[in-house]
Amino acid sequence: MKWNKKDLLDLESLSVDEMNMILDTAKSFREVLNRPIKKVPILRGKTIVNMFFEPSTRTSASFDMAAKRLMADTVNISPKTSAVQKGETLLDTARNLEAMKIDLVVMRHSSSGAPHFLASRIKAGVINAGDGQHAHPTQGLLDMFTIKEKRGGFEGLNVLIVGDVTHSRVARSNINGLLKMGAQVSVCGPSTLIPIGIEQLGVKVYYNLDEAISQADVINVLRLQLERQKKGLLPSLREYSLHFCLDKDRMARAKGDVTIMHPGPMNRGVEIDPDVADGERSVILDQVTNGVAVRMAVLYLLSGGDAPLAEAIKKEA
Amino acid sequence: MNKVKIQNSEFRILLKGGRVIDPQNHRDEVLDILIEDGRITGIETKIDNAQAEVIDLKGKYVFPGLVDMHVHLREPGREDEETIASGSRAAAAGGFTAIACMPNTQPVIDSQGLVQFIKSRQIPECRVYPVGAITKGLLGEELAEIGDMHQSGAVAISDDGKPVTNSNLMRRALDYCRMFDIPVISHCEDKFLSADGAMNEGALATKLGLRGIPNAAEATMAARDVMLADLTGGRVHIAHVSCAETVDIVRRAKRAGVKVTAETCPQYFILSQEAVIGYDSMMRVNPPLRSKADLMTIIDALKDGTIDCIATDHAPHSSEEKEVEFDQAPCGMLGLETSLGLCWTHLVEKNILTASQLVEKMAVNPARILKIENAIELKAPANLTIFDPQAEWVVDPAKFRSKSRNSPFKGYKLKGRAVMTLVNGRKIDL
Repeated sequence: MKWNKKDLLDLESLSVDEMNMILDTAKSFREVLNRPIKKVPILRGKTIVNMFFEPSTRTSASFDMAAKRLMADTVNISPKTSAVQKGETLLDTARNLEAMKIDLVVMRHSSSGAPHFLASRIKAGVINAGDGQHAHPTQGLLDMFTIKEKRGGFEGLNVLIVGDVTHSRVARSNINGLLKMGAQVSVCGPSTLIPIGIEQLGVKVYYNLDEAISQADVINVLRLQLERQKKGLLPSLREYSLHFCLDKDRMARAKGDVTIMHPGPMNRGVEIDPDVADGERSVILDQVTNGVAVRMAVLYLLSGGDAPLAEAIKKEA
Repeated sequence: MNKVKIQNSEFRILLKGGRVIDPQNHRDEVLDILIEDGRITGIETKIDNAQAEVIDLKGKYVFPGLVDMHVHLREPGREDEETIASGSRAAAAGGFTAIACMPNTQPVIDSQGLVQFIKSRQIPECRVYPVGAITKGLLGEELAEIGDMHQSGAVAISDDGKPVTNSNLMRRALDYCRMFDIPVISHCEDKFLSADGAMNEGALATKLGLRGIPNAAEATMAARDVMLADLTGGRVHIAHVSCAETVDIVRRAKRAGVKVTAETCPQYFILSQEAVIGYDSMMRVNPPLRSKADLMTIIDALKDGTIDCIATDHAPHSSEEKEVEFDQAPCGMLGLETSLGLCWTHLVEKNILTASQLVEKMAVNPARILKIENAIELKAPANLTIFDPQAEWVVDPAKFRSKSRNSPFKGYKLKGRAVMTLVNGRKIDL
C-alpha cells in the first residue's frame, strides 16, 4: 500500500488501513529514537513550515523535533512573529510561504476547519496540529500508538475519556480513531461539558465517574481549561474536582491493569491527582515520546518518500 | 401610501400577451397592459395602440414588481462591498423593482438626514426604501427619531444585525410605531444563547468542532416580541425565520390575532446545516443554516401562510473578509440576483407553491407590510416584473451586478429568471 493523501486533516477522513500504515511506520521510527544518533536523512532537502497560531509547547516542539530527526529544514512561525499581527489573512500568509517552495505546512489554529480551508487552497501538504475544537489527528494517532503498545490492540478495548469533551479536539480525534479501530469509547464529564449529540458518534455517555471507571481498560483524562467556570459552565474548580478528578480513591475502583493517559498540559489536582499522574499505571510520558515517532511517520508519509522505510533507516544505521 | 415620483417614463408601452399573475386582484390570465406616462392605463384581454412601443410577452409572465424587504446595501460606509447603485442594479437583475435597505451602515441610518441621503442616491433601476434604526446608533439604548425618519421616507424600523435586548425598549418601539402604522422588524437573537456560535447547534456542530447556536436563541426572542406586539397593539415583523420553533410561535400568535408578520429567505428552505461540512465560509450566515427538519417546517409555513414573505437578507461581503477561517468570517450571503430563480426552481417547479403564492410572498405581502405602492391597477405607476419561466441558467457570481461575490449558490442550475422590469413606468432591460 502506498500513501496517497496530500494532507492530514482529521482521523475521520482516514481509513483503518491508512491509520495502521501510520502506526506501523511510527514503530520503525520509534526505534530510531533509542539510538545514540537519532537522525535519519530521509527528508533531506524538504522544507517544513510549522505555523502555530495558538500557543503550544509540546506539539510544536514534537513536530519540530520530528522534522529535524528526519533531517528536513524547518521554519517556525508563531503569531507574535508573523504578519498575521499586521492583519495579513491566513490565505495570504500561506500563499507567500508557498511561493518560497515549501513542502509541508504543520498548522495549529484556534478556528475549527482552518487547516481544511488552507489545504483546499495551497499545493503543499497540510498537517493539522490542532484546529479549534475539531481535531488533533496526530494526538489521536499517538494516543492510539501508545494504547497499541501497552494493550496490544484495540478490539474489545474499553476506552474512557474524562473531562471537558465539548471543547476538546483531542477527545474528538480519539473517538474517531478508536471507534474505527474497533475499541469501545465512553465519555464522562459534567453535562455542561459533554457536547450535544455526542452519542450519535457512537460513544456512551456517563456523568458519574465512579460508575464509569470500573470497566475501563484505558482512561484518557482531558485538560480542564481553567476559564470554563467564568463562562458559566462550571460552578467552581473545586466542585469539578470533587466529581471528576481522577484520584487514588477512584483508582481503587478501576481495573488493576488500567492504563492512564493525559494529552497535557496537566492541571495537577484539578482533573488528575499527582500520585495518579506519576503512578505506575500512567503512560503520560510515553505518549510524549511516541508523539515524536508518530509525527516522524506522518511527515515521512506525507512527503511521499518512495523508498521502503526499513531500507532508508538501515542505510543510516 | 407613499407617493412615488414618476421619473423618465417612456411615453407609451404596450405589454402584449403576457400571463398576468396578480393575486391581489385575483388575476391569472393572459392580458395586455398599456402604460402611458408611467402609469397603467389599460388592462384588457386585447389592447391595440398604434403609438405605443409594443413588447411581445408571449410565454412570459407579468408579476407585480417584486419587493425584497430585507437588503443590506452597505452605503454609506462599505462602498467597496456594495453601493446603493450597485445593489439597485443587482436587485433589478434579480427581478426586484423595490427593496428595503437595513440601517446597519456606517454611519447608522438613525436620523432623517441619513434616510434622505439613501433616498437621494436612488437610481432608476430600482426603488429603494430605507429602514430606519429602532435605537440610536443601533446601540439598543435610546429610541431613534422614528417619527422624523418616517416622514422622510423610512418604511419600517429595525436594528437588524442586532436584537433589541432591552425588552422595555422594544415595547416602547412597538408602542411608538403605532402612531405611524409602520412595522418594527425584529432580528430575533438572544445574544447570550447564540454566544460565539458559528453554526446550528447539534450533533453536526459537535462533529465539526464548531460552536452551536440553538433554535432557542431565535425563538425565545420571537416569543417575547409577539407578546410585546400583543401588549402594545404594534406591528412586529419577524425577520429571517430559520427554525421550527419560531414558525410555531408566529403561527399561534397569528391565530390569536396578534399583528405579526414574518419572512424567511431562500437559504433557510434550500440549504441545511450539512452545507457547512467542509467549512466553506460562504455557508456562514446568521441565523445559521438549520436542520433538515427545520427546513421542512419552513416550507410548510410558506405553504400555509404562516410566513408571509420571502426576503433575501442580501448581505454583501468583500472576499478578503469572507474567504477566511469559517468562524472568523462575517455572517451573510448575497441574495438579490438568485432569489427568484431559486424560489421558482425549488418552490414552484416542485409544486410547493403556486406561481400566484410565490408572487404573494415576493411582491404583494412585502408591499402591503411596508405600504409600498405596487398594485397592477389603473392609474397606478407601472411597477412590474416580467418573468421567463422557461429560461435555464447557472448561477455565476462572477457575472453578478453586485459588487460582492459571496453567494452560496454558485453553480446552481436554475429555471426561471426575470427578463425585464418596469420601475415607475420606466422599462429596465436585463
